Amino acid sequence: MKNKGYYSEETMKRFLNPEHFGEMKDANGVGKVGNPRCGDEMTVYIKVEEGIIKKASFQTWGCAAAIATSDVVCEMVKGKHVKEALSLTEKEMVEKLKKLPALKVHCASLAIKGLKEAIDDYGKEGK
Amino acid sequence: MKKIYLDYAATTPVDKEVSRKIEVFSEDKFGNPSSLHSFGQEALFAMDHSREVVADFLNCKRKEVYFLSSATEANNLAVFGVLKKRNDPHVIASPIEHKAVLEPIKRSGASFDHLPVSSDGIVKKEKLKELIRENTVLVSIGYANSEIGTLQPLKEISEIIREENKKRKEKIIFHTDAVQAANYLSCDVQSLGVDLLTISGHKMYGPKGAAALFIKEGVDVSPIIYGASQEKGLRPGTENVYAIAGLAAAIEVLDKNDNERTEELRDRIVRGVLSELPDAKVNGSMKDRLPNNINFTFKGAEGESIMIALDREGVAVSTGSACASNSLSPSHVLLSLGLSHEEAHGSIRVSLGRFTTKEEVDFFIEKLPSIVNKLRMISGK
Ligand code: FES
Repeated sequence: MKNKGYYSEETMKRFLNPEHFGEMKDANGVGKVGNPRCGDEMTVYIKVEEGIIKKASFQTWGCAAAIATSDVVCEMVKGKHVKEALSLTEKEMVEKLKKLPALKVHCASLAIKGLKEAIDDYGKEGK
Repeated sequence: MKKIYLDYAATTPVDKEVSRKIEVFSEDKFGNPSSLHSFGQEALFAMDHSREVVADFLNCKRKEVYFLSSATEANNLAVFGVLKKRNDPHVIASPIEHKAVLEPIKRSGASFDHLPVSSDGIVKKEKLKELIRENTVLVSIGYANSEIGTLQPLKEISEIIREENKKRKEKIIFHTDAVQAANYLSCDVQSLGVDLLTISGHKMYGPKGAAALFIKEGVDVSPIIYGASQEKGLRPGTENVYAIAGLAAAIEVLDKNDNERTEELRDRIVRGVLSELPDAKVNGSMKDRLPNNINFTFKGAEGESIMIALDREGVAVSTGSACASNSLSPSHVLLSLGLSHEEAHGSIRVSLGRFTTKEEVDFFIEKLPSIVNKLRMISGK
């Protein structure tokens, strides 16, 4: 495949117009993670009711891929049971974005890690 | 969409006049300068002419000019070529040198000291004397920094080295990478007082694939690759006549650069950006700086994403953020100034050039703030 741009159109769309960013005041699960490799920061917020993720949002200070993958994670887990959400893989996210530069796969991993931390946090507090 | 190139420090387009002058060397005068027939002699003539032009530019002798394929190669020759025959050599360079200087030094196995830089990106020349050892053989300080555009006091440094050399049998060699400076500053090697100096064609509106290394007569540099006797055996391999002629042609039209105009545009950007984003920080001295370089840090917005968002608007800049480097580590230059990883994370470099217009600059100033603000909203910082 010819390389027409560094990121896929799908990634660019998400990056330029993410729909799920912002702090969530009534979240009952918050996952805050940092990327040890490049130094970015990501927070994932979830609002869970009876095991179902009602809404999810993020705050990300990182590259375009980090922002796009955060947005994808939030979209993909919405309406899912937390257990189901936990099985979300990098591969599924990359598929959703059509492609991701090899160097940027760790940004997707970070988004997943953020989600897991948020779910952990939700479970821990017995909320 | 109109595309706006503000990354001239990465590479420059070839000037049309240069293109026109050298097109003859691709299909017509294609000979190998080592051939004795007319085809070869035509090419040899072009090599001679190019050498003369570069020698004039550097104010040196023709035989002191060596052509190579890139500045990286020239810097490698400067480092390895000088160190090769030395026993237990010691090298001094600043921590903000280009990787093409730092990596060869690190890999040479020589002992190595950094000449420190101040927080505004200028080397502390007064520290040089105490770093010099008995076995110091090479000092390498770039003329103008590629990321933050700061200018180094080469004359003062060469003065210190000259004083030191008076006491020595084995002289300390002074090298400078002048790749970023050559467009805007005098590269007169006599007045700079350097022994080795690197310039590169594609940073000065010539084609990629040619660089020149000035080697002062009498300085002992050994080849690092071997073959036939091109460039007096110091750089064997068939010459890239096209690109070398292009480097010379680029020098011939160098006065098209207008330092004052470029500086005005640079300052216009600084003013424009700071008025919209008052907490932005300019990295590196604004006083001792190339007329075409600006380097900003923005809090709460990451450099790669700023760059990508600007690219979407048609504007090309670069960044020192870890996220944009293949090694995922932030710019060593910015870190050396004392910036934190976080600060380097939010940096972008804007570099202007011969073809930059006021309209382009204004478009950039108009687009940048909303991009940074949006990213700040997304990061919540
Ligand atoms: S957040 Fe740094 S590379 Fe993606």
